[in-house]
Amino acid sequence: MNDTLMADNIVEQAAAWRAAGRRVALATVVSTWGSSPRPVGSQMAFDDRGSMAGSVSGGCIEGAVAHEAAKTMEDGEPRVLSFGITNEMAWEVGLACGGQVQVYIEAVE
Amino acid sequence: MKREILDRLLAAKAAAIPAALVTDLNSGLQTLVFEDTIHGGFGLEPDLLDEVRRRIRQDRSGLLVDPQDEDGFRLFVHVHNPAMRLLIVGAVHIAQALAPVAALTGYDVTVIDPRGAFATEARFPGIKLNHLWPDEALAELKPDVRTAVVTLTHDPKLDDPALIAALRSPAFYVGALGSKRTHALRLDRLRDEGLSEAEVKRIRGPVGLSIGAVTPAEIAISTMGQITCVRRGENHPC
Repeated sequence: MNDTLMADNIVEQAAAWRAAGRRVALATVVSTWGSSPRPVGSQMAFDDRGSMAGSVSGGCIEGAVAHEAAKTMEDGEPRVLSFGITNEMAWEVGLACGGQVQVYIEAVE
Repeated sequence: MKREILDRLLAAKAAAIPAALVTDLNSGLQTLVFEDTIHGGFGLEPDLLDEVRRRIRQDRSGLLVDPQDEDGFRLFVHVHNPAMRLLIVGAVHIAQALAPVAALTGYDVTVIDPRGAFATEARFPGIKLNHLWPDEALAELKPDVRTAVVTLTHDPKLDDPALIAALRSPAFYVGALGSKRTHALRLDRLRDEGLSEAEVKRIRGPVGLSIGAVTPAEIAISTMGQITCVRRGENHPC
Protein backbone atom coordinates (compact mmCIF):
# COMPACT_ATOMS: atom_id res chain seq x y z
CA MET A 1 0.00 0.00 0.00
CA ASN A 2 1.26 3.47 -0.85
CA ASP A 3 1.85 5.23 2.47
CA THR A 4 1.34 8.70 1.03
CA LEU A 5 -2.27 7.82 0.26
CA MET A 6 -2.86 7.75 3.99
CA ALA A 7 -3.98 11.04 5.42
CA ASP A 8 -1.58 13.61 6.72
CA ASN A 9 1.88 12.07 6.42
CA ILE A 10 3.41 14.31 3.78
CA VAL A 11 5.59 16.09 6.35
CA GLU A 12 7.09 12.71 7.25
CA GLN A 13 7.81 12.04 3.57
CA ALA A 14 9.45 15.46 3.21
CA ALA A 15 11.60 14.80 6.29
CA ALA A 16 12.66 11.41 4.94
CA TRP A 17 13.79 12.91 1.64
CA ARG A 18 15.62 15.69 3.50
CA ALA A 19 17.34 13.12 5.72
CA ALA A 20 18.54 11.41 2.53
CA GLY A 21 20.35 14.63 1.63
CA ARG A 22 17.97 15.92 -1.02
CA ARG A 23 16.60 19.43 -1.36
CA VAL A 24 12.93 19.44 -0.41
CA ALA A 25 10.00 21.85 -0.77
CA LEU A 26 6.65 21.53 0.94
CA ALA A 27 3.44 22.97 -0.54
CA THR A 28 0.34 23.49 1.63
CA VAL A 29 -3.18 24.60 0.69
CA VAL A 30 -3.79 27.61 2.98
CA SER A 31 -7.13 28.79 1.65
CA THR A 32 -9.79 27.67 -0.79
CA TRP A 33 -12.92 29.13 -2.26
CA GLY A 34 -15.64 27.48 -4.31
CA SER A 35 -15.32 23.96 -5.63
CA SER A 36 -11.63 23.40 -5.00
CA PRO A 37 -11.04 19.68 -4.72
CA ARG A 38 -8.60 19.45 -1.81
CA PRO A 39 -9.26 21.00 1.60
CA VAL A 40 -7.16 23.52 3.51
CA GLY A 41 -4.14 21.77 5.03
CA SER A 42 -3.64 19.38 2.09
CA GLN A 43 0.05 19.03 1.36
CA MET A 44 2.44 18.03 -1.35
CA ALA A 45 6.17 17.42 -1.04
CA PHE A 46 8.79 17.70 -3.78
CA ASP A 47 12.46 16.81 -3.94
CA ASP A 48 15.23 17.85 -6.29
CA ARG A 49 15.07 14.54 -8.18
CA GLY A 50 11.51 15.11 -9.32
CA SER A 51 9.84 12.96 -6.66
CA MET A 52 6.36 14.05 -5.58
CA ALA A 53 4.01 12.96 -2.79
CA GLY A 54 0.50 14.12 -1.94
CA SER A 55 -1.63 16.69 -3.78
CA VAL A 56 -2.96 20.23 -3.54
CA SER A 57 -5.77 19.92 -6.10
CA GLY A 58 -7.36 17.23 -8.19
CA GLY A 59 -4.29 17.21 -10.40
CA CYS A 60 -4.92 20.56 -12.10
CA ILE A 61 -2.26 22.80 -10.58
CA GLU A 62 0.33 20.29 -9.43
CA GLY A 63 2.49 21.00 -12.48
CA ALA A 64 2.57 24.74 -11.81
CA VAL A 65 3.20 24.15 -8.10
CA ALA A 66 6.08 21.78 -8.93
CA HIS A 67 7.60 24.49 -11.11
CA GLU A 68 7.47 27.06 -8.27
CA ALA A 69 8.63 24.45 -5.73
CA ALA A 70 11.79 23.99 -7.81
CA LYS A 71 12.48 27.73 -7.43
CA THR A 72 12.01 27.50 -3.66
CA MET A 73 14.39 24.52 -3.50
CA GLU A 74 16.88 26.68 -5.40
CA ASP A 75 16.65 29.98 -3.48
CA GLY A 76 15.17 28.84 -0.15
CA GLU A 77 12.49 31.55 -0.31
CA PRO A 78 8.88 30.81 0.60
CA ARG A 79 6.19 31.62 -1.96
CA VAL A 80 2.42 32.12 -1.92
CA LEU A 81 0.65 31.11 -5.14
CA SER A 82 -2.92 31.98 -5.96
CA PHE A 83 -4.95 30.07 -8.49
CA GLY A 84 -8.17 31.94 -9.02
CA ILE A 85 -10.09 30.42 -11.80
CA THR A 86 -13.01 31.35 -13.96
CA ASN A 87 -14.54 28.90 -16.39
CA GLU A 88 -13.19 30.79 -19.40
CA MET A 89 -9.69 30.74 -17.98
CA ALA A 90 -9.80 27.19 -16.76
CA TRP A 91 -8.10 25.52 -19.69
CA GLU A 92 -5.52 28.23 -20.05
CA VAL A 93 -4.12 27.94 -16.52
CA GLY A 94 -4.86 24.28 -16.08
CA LEU A 95 -7.29 24.44 -13.16
CA ALA A 96 -10.16 22.71 -14.91
CA CYS A 97 -11.43 21.64 -11.50
CA GLY A 98 -12.73 25.16 -10.83
CA GLY A 99 -12.65 27.04 -7.54
CA GLN A 100 -9.82 29.06 -6.08
CA VAL A 101 -6.80 27.81 -4.22
CA GLN A 102 -3.98 29.54 -2.39
CA VAL A 103 -0.84 27.47 -1.89
CA TYR A 104 2.13 28.23 0.37
CA ILE A 105 5.48 26.76 -0.65
CA GLU A 106 8.42 26.56 1.74
CA ALA A 107 11.82 24.93 1.79
CA VAL A 108 12.45 22.17 4.33
CA GLU A 109 15.76 22.80 6.07
CA MET B 1 10.60 25.05 7.70
CA LYS B 2 13.39 25.14 10.26
CA ARG B 3 14.91 21.84 11.30
CA GLU B 4 14.00 22.36 14.95
CA ILE B 5 10.34 23.03 14.13
CA LEU B 6 10.21 20.05 11.78
CA ASP B 7 11.72 17.74 14.42
CA ARG B 8 9.30 18.93 17.10
CA LEU B 9 6.34 18.53 14.75
CA LEU B 10 7.37 15.02 13.73
CA ALA B 11 7.88 14.05 17.39
CA ALA B 12 4.42 15.38 18.30
CA LYS B 13 2.80 13.49 15.44
CA ALA B 14 4.62 10.28 16.33
CA ALA B 15 3.46 10.62 19.95
CA ALA B 16 -0.13 11.45 18.88
CA ILE B 17 0.03 14.87 20.59
CA PRO B 18 -2.26 17.53 19.07
CA ALA B 19 -0.36 20.53 17.68
CA ALA B 20 -0.75 23.47 15.33
CA LEU B 21 1.98 24.85 13.11
CA VAL B 22 1.43 28.60 12.72
CA THR B 23 3.13 30.20 9.71
CA ASP B 24 3.48 33.93 9.07
CA LEU B 25 2.92 33.90 5.32
CA ASN B 26 4.72 37.21 4.87
CA SER B 27 7.99 36.31 6.62
CA GLY B 28 7.89 32.50 6.53
CA LEU B 29 8.53 32.39 10.30
CA GLN B 30 6.85 29.55 12.13
CA THR B 31 5.72 28.74 15.65
CA LEU B 32 4.48 25.42 16.95
CA VAL B 33 1.56 25.60 19.38
CA PHE B 34 0.63 22.84 21.83
CA GLU B 35 -2.10 22.75 24.45
CA ASP B 36 0.24 24.13 27.11
CA THR B 37 3.42 25.36 25.42
CA ILE B 38 4.65 27.11 22.28
CA HIS B 39 8.00 26.91 20.47
CA GLY B 40 9.36 28.84 17.57
CA GLY B 41 10.06 31.97 15.62
CA PHE B 42 7.51 34.38 17.09
CA GLY B 43 5.17 34.81 20.04
CA LEU B 44 1.40 35.14 19.86
CA GLU B 45 -0.87 37.56 21.69
CA PRO B 46 -3.02 35.75 24.27
CA ASP B 47 -6.22 36.13 22.25
CA LEU B 48 -4.55 34.77 19.08
CA LEU B 49 -3.06 31.90 21.05
CA ASP B 50 -6.52 31.08 22.42
CA GLU B 51 -7.88 31.08 18.88
CA VAL B 52 -5.13 28.74 17.65
CA ARG B 53 -5.87 26.32 20.50
CA ARG B 54 -9.58 26.54 19.71
CA ARG B 55 -8.70 25.57 16.13
CA ILE B 56 -6.81 22.53 17.39
CA ARG B 57 -9.85 21.39 19.36
CA GLN B 58 -12.09 22.00 16.33
CA ASP B 59 -9.60 20.29 13.98
CA ARG B 60 -9.90 23.32 11.72
CA SER B 61 -6.87 24.51 9.73
CA GLY B 62 -7.05 27.90 8.01
CA LEU B 63 -5.96 31.53 7.80
CA LEU B 64 -6.13 33.87 10.76
CA VAL B 65 -6.41 37.45 9.71
CA ASP B 66 -6.08 40.32 12.15
CA PRO B 67 -8.66 42.95 11.11
CA GLN B 68 -6.71 45.58 13.11
CA ASP B 69 -3.66 45.19 10.91
CA GLU B 70 -3.89 46.87 7.54
CA ASP B 71 -0.48 45.66 6.41
CA GLY B 72 -1.96 42.33 5.44
CA PHE B 73 -0.68 40.42 8.46
CA ARG B 74 -1.58 36.83 7.69
CA LEU B 75 -1.10 33.68 9.74
CA PHE B 76 -1.85 30.18 8.54
CA VAL B 77 -2.80 27.68 11.22
CA HIS B 78 -2.16 24.06 10.24
CA VAL B 79 -3.71 21.68 12.75
CA HIS B 80 -1.99 18.32 13.14
CA ASN B 81 -4.26 16.13 15.22
CA PRO B 82 -3.67 12.42 15.87
CA ALA B 83 -5.35 10.11 13.37
CA MET B 84 -9.01 9.25 13.84
CA ARG B 85 -9.36 5.77 15.35
CA LEU B 86 -11.45 2.78 14.34
CA LEU B 87 -11.93 -0.02 16.85
CA ILE B 88 -13.17 -3.20 15.14
CA VAL B 89 -14.62 -5.87 17.43
CA GLY B 90 -14.31 -9.29 15.82
CA ALA B 91 -11.31 -10.47 13.81
CA VAL B 92 -13.64 -11.97 11.21
CA HIS B 93 -13.53 -12.08 7.40
CA ILE B 94 -15.22 -8.67 7.02
CA ALA B 95 -12.69 -7.19 9.45
CA GLN B 96 -9.93 -8.38 7.14
CA ALA B 97 -11.41 -6.11 4.46
CA LEU B 98 -12.51 -3.25 6.74
CA ALA B 99 -9.16 -2.86 8.52
CA PRO B 100 -7.12 -2.03 5.37
CA VAL B 101 -9.90 0.13 3.90
CA ALA B 102 -10.00 2.15 7.13
CA ALA B 103 -6.20 2.37 7.25
CA LEU B 104 -6.20 3.67 3.68
CA THR B 105 -8.77 6.27 4.76
CA GLY B 106 -6.29 7.48 7.38
CA TYR B 107 -7.70 5.77 10.48
CA ASP B 108 -5.58 4.24 13.21
CA VAL B 109 -7.17 0.76 13.32
CA THR B 110 -7.27 -1.73 16.19
CA VAL B 111 -8.91 -5.16 15.82
CA ILE B 112 -10.21 -6.56 19.10
CA ASP B 113 -10.87 -10.28 19.53
CA PRO B 114 -10.02 -12.55 22.48
CA ARG B 115 -10.10 -15.59 20.19
CA GLY B 116 -6.42 -16.09 19.38
CA ALA B 117 -7.12 -18.13 16.27
CA PHE B 118 -8.89 -15.17 14.63
CA ALA B 119 -6.82 -12.16 15.65
CA THR B 120 -3.49 -13.16 14.12
CA GLU B 121 -0.77 -11.14 12.44
CA ALA B 122 -1.07 -13.45 9.42
CA ARG B 123 -4.73 -12.49 8.95
CA PHE B 124 -4.18 -8.78 9.77
CA PRO B 125 -0.72 -7.81 8.56
CA GLY B 126 0.39 -4.47 9.99
CA ILE B 127 -2.85 -3.91 11.95
CA LYS B 128 -2.88 -3.46 15.75
CA LEU B 129 -4.44 -6.45 17.51
CA ASN B 130 -5.95 -6.52 21.00
CA HIS B 131 -6.76 -9.88 22.61
CA LEU B 132 -8.71 -8.63 25.63
CA TRP B 133 -12.45 -9.14 26.01
CA PRO B 134 -14.15 -6.28 24.17
CA ASP B 135 -15.40 -4.43 27.26
CA GLU B 136 -11.93 -4.60 28.82
CA ALA B 137 -10.33 -3.56 25.54
CA LEU B 138 -12.61 -0.52 25.24
CA ALA B 139 -11.92 0.41 28.87
CA GLU B 140 -8.24 0.37 27.96
CA LEU B 141 -8.53 2.15 24.60
CA LYS B 142 -11.03 4.78 25.84
CA PRO B 143 -13.00 5.74 22.71
CA ASP B 144 -13.21 9.54 22.34
CA VAL B 145 -14.99 11.93 19.95
CA ARG B 146 -12.47 10.99 17.23
CA THR B 147 -13.14 7.25 17.56
CA ALA B 148 -15.51 4.94 15.66
CA VAL B 149 -16.46 1.50 17.00
CA VAL B 150 -17.82 -1.32 14.82
CA THR B 151 -18.86 -4.76 16.07
CA LEU B 152 -18.68 -7.65 13.61
CA THR B 153 -18.72 -10.92 15.57
CA HIS B 154 -22.48 -11.71 15.47
CA ASP B 155 -21.84 -13.25 18.90
CA PRO B 156 -23.75 -11.43 21.68
CA LYS B 157 -21.14 -12.54 24.21
CA LEU B 158 -18.58 -10.41 22.36
CA ASP B 159 -20.64 -7.74 20.59
CA ASP B 160 -22.96 -6.72 23.43
CA PRO B 161 -20.31 -5.79 26.03
CA ALA B 162 -18.49 -3.83 23.33
CA LEU B 163 -21.64 -1.97 22.32
CA ILE B 164 -22.52 -1.12 25.92
CA ALA B 165 -19.04 0.31 26.48
CA ALA B 166 -19.10 2.16 23.14
CA LEU B 167 -22.53 3.70 23.74
CA ARG B 168 -21.40 4.99 27.12
CA SER B 169 -18.34 6.62 25.50
CA PRO B 170 -18.20 9.78 23.35
CA ALA B 171 -17.39 7.70 20.21
CA PHE B 172 -18.73 9.58 17.16
CA TYR B 173 -19.86 6.39 15.41
CA VAL B 174 -21.10 3.05 16.74
CA GLY B 175 -22.05 0.39 14.20
CA ALA B 176 -23.10 -3.25 14.52
CA LEU B 177 -23.16 -5.92 11.83
CA GLY B 178 -26.28 -8.05 11.64
CA SER B 179 -29.59 -8.35 9.82
CA LYS B 180 -32.62 -6.28 10.79
CA ARG B 181 -33.94 -9.22 12.79
CA THR B 182 -30.61 -9.77 14.54
CA HIS B 183 -30.42 -6.06 15.24
CA ALA B 184 -33.93 -5.92 16.73
CA LEU B 185 -33.06 -8.80 19.07
CA ARG B 186 -29.82 -7.05 19.97
CA LEU B 187 -31.64 -3.83 20.87
CA ASP B 188 -34.01 -5.81 23.12
CA ARG B 189 -31.04 -7.33 24.97
CA LEU B 190 -29.36 -3.93 25.37
CA ARG B 191 -32.58 -2.40 26.73
CA ASP B 192 -32.72 -5.29 29.21
CA GLU B 193 -29.18 -4.35 30.23
CA GLY B 194 -30.50 -0.92 31.18
CA LEU B 195 -29.51 1.16 28.16
CA SER B 196 -31.88 3.99 27.32
CA GLU B 197 -33.77 4.32 24.05
CA ALA B 198 -31.57 7.30 23.11
CA GLU B 199 -28.44 5.21 23.75
CA VAL B 200 -29.50 2.19 21.68
CA LYS B 201 -30.66 4.48 18.85
CA ARG B 202 -27.04 5.62 18.43
CA ILE B 203 -26.15 2.22 16.97
CA ARG B 204 -25.95 2.11 13.17
CA GLY B 205 -27.48 -1.26 12.42
CA PRO B 206 -27.55 -3.06 10.13
CA VAL B 207 -24.14 -1.46 9.71
CA GLY B 208 -23.19 0.55 6.62
CA LEU B 209 -24.77 2.58 3.84
CA SER B 210 -27.52 0.81 1.94
CA ILE B 211 -25.71 0.00 -1.31
CA GLY B 212 -26.61 -3.67 -1.62
CA ALA B 213 -23.20 -4.79 -0.36
CA VAL B 214 -22.70 -8.58 -0.36
CA THR B 215 -19.02 -9.50 -0.17
CA PRO B 216 -16.70 -8.65 2.77
CA ALA B 217 -14.98 -5.94 0.69
CA GLU B 218 -18.32 -4.41 -0.33
CA ILE B 219 -19.55 -4.41 3.27
CA ALA B 220 -16.25 -2.79 4.28
CA ILE B 221 -16.76 -0.02 1.69
CA SER B 222 -20.37 0.50 2.76
CA THR B 223 -19.29 0.72 6.42
CA MET B 224 -16.39 3.08 5.72
CA GLY B 225 -18.76 5.16 3.56
CA GLN B 226 -21.16 5.47 6.48
CA ILE B 227 -18.39 6.38 8.94
CA THR B 228 -17.20 9.05 6.48
CA CYS B 229 -20.75 10.34 6.05
CA VAL B 230 -21.26 10.65 9.81
CA ARG B 231 -17.93 12.45 10.15
CA ARG B 232 -18.13 14.76 7.15
CA GLY B 233 -21.56 14.69 5.64
CA GLU B 234 -23.54 17.45 7.25
CA ASN B 235 -26.98 17.44 5.62
CA HIS B 236 -26.42 14.06 3.98
CA PRO B 237 -28.52 11.07 4.97
CA CYS B 238 -26.24 8.36 6.37
